Amino acid sequence: MSNIPEELKYTETHEWIRSNSDGTLTVGITDHAQQALGDLVFVEVNAAGETLSAGDACAVVESVKAASDVYCPVAAELLESNGALEDAPELINSDPYGDGWLFKIKPADGADTSSLLNAGAYADSIAE
Amino acid sequence: MPKYTPLHETHLSQGAAMVDFAGWHMPLHYGSQLQEHIQVRTGAGMFDVSHMTVVDLEGERTAAFLQYLLTNDVARLKQQGKAMYSCMLNEQGGVLDDLIVYYLSDSHYRLVVNSATRDKDLDWLGMYTEEFSVRLTEQDQLAMIAVQGPQAIASSLSVLPEQCRVVASDLPRFCAIQYEQWFIARTGYTGEDGFEIMIPAKQAADVWSALQAAGVSPAGLGARDTLRLEAGMSLYGNDMDEKTTPLESGLGWTVAWEPPGRNFIGREALERNRAQGVTAKQVGLLLEGRGVLRAHQKVLTEAGEGVITSGTFSPTLQRSIALARVPVDSGVECEVEIRGKPVPAKVVKYPFVRNGKSLI
Repeated sequence: MSNIPEELKYTETHEWIRSNSDGTLTVGITDHAQQALGDLVFVEVNAAGETLSAGDACAVVESVKAASDVYCPVAAELLESNGALEDAPELINSDPYGDGWLFKIKPADGADTSSLLNAGAYADSIAE
Repeated sequence: MPKYTPLHETHLSQGAAMVDFAGWHMPLHYGSQLQEHIQVRTGAGMFDVSHMTVVDLEGERTAAFLQYLLTNDVARLKQQGKAMYSCMLNEQGGVLDDLIVYYLSDSHYRLVVNSATRDKDLDWLGMYTEEFSVRLTEQDQLAMIAVQGPQAIASSLSVLPEQCRVVASDLPRFCAIQYEQWFIARTGYTGEDGFEIMIPAKQAADVWSALQAAGVSPAGLGARDTLRLEAGMSLYGNDMDEKTTPLESGLGWTVAWEPPGRNFIGREALERNRAQGVTAKQVGLLLEGRGVLRAHQKVLTEAGEGVITSGTFSPTLQRSIALARVPVDSGVECEVEIRGKPVPAKVVKYPFVRNGKSLI
């Protein structure tokens, strides 16, 4: 069984989203996603400053087995990526909701967050 | 309906992540593909390879049959149990499959062919059995476990029937012995020493448990692929297929041109190919920039475009490696197009890794 923290929001494409006190969002991939991908060996996030629409591919995570795009969950500006992943992509496997975070974004004014899933809805989506 | 090996229940009970492979429900990994890879390079790991197709060929003219069907020449096999790697070609010189042939006696050979090509191979072999009066029997009652790694042989011996332990401990590389229903070969697909052990299906689970008790860890198809790629071993359907000849696929060494009088299927096409000049070659690639090389990515060289046939992240080298088919005149420097961007790479000799050591 995979871990799905209650306090986070989710997407159907297996990103998690944490709301920070300064209004920014931290994004990573879920425990379920890291399990499905297997051992991660490479991570690349687009350059900081890029303006993204909801659903834009803005990072790639690669396991020994396959490459997978990571999508921006809401319209936003890309603020920074997790530099630690460059040398230690396995942090995503060991701590997907903590040290394995991927990037931070600043949501655009009036960005639509209504399509994000809560923990229960995400659990249902991966149970299907 | 997926096909199950005799070890299917065992894999499920050991928590394997299962995957479809050529119609078979097979273990991809048992938790961590990387750890399984490292285990085989440093200790001993075992793979269920019961999905592979084992075919026995019997009859006085079996050698002549195989001399006609295979690129390599079974006349080179003199010692009982000796194995040989070969390609089987169509008339155009395209590779129908790669396989291992074991010489058991002048009138008995055993083939191990790929599971993905089973039907095609059996049909192809079947077209010529009558002409050579060869009796073909698929040994689908056999399970096969590949035990691989520097500790593989030492760990396996205690599991073998007592009567064949001494012989097995001294088995030369690329040789097999038979004892009752056991068939033990010092072969593999990882670049490490080890055995491939064939046993009756009903004994498979017990042998698996005994190997595990002897310190051999289960490993899945994921690790099998990264291990064979580091070892520079070709995968049928990726690195060669019916559209490529062995000469373009890095498998020219499996073609026995001597004696010149031996007519094998595809020989004429290969000779034409050779006379006209082979235009492509199989090379190893090391990624210099960041990313992971994957099959089908475009390779850009001074001499033109090539393609990656197998690519991965190498756990031993901690960087990305690949096998690629490139123009025959291309040099050392090249670029690989990864998600639309050219990334520098370097052509190197493969294998990349042998017996746990980097050759790069």
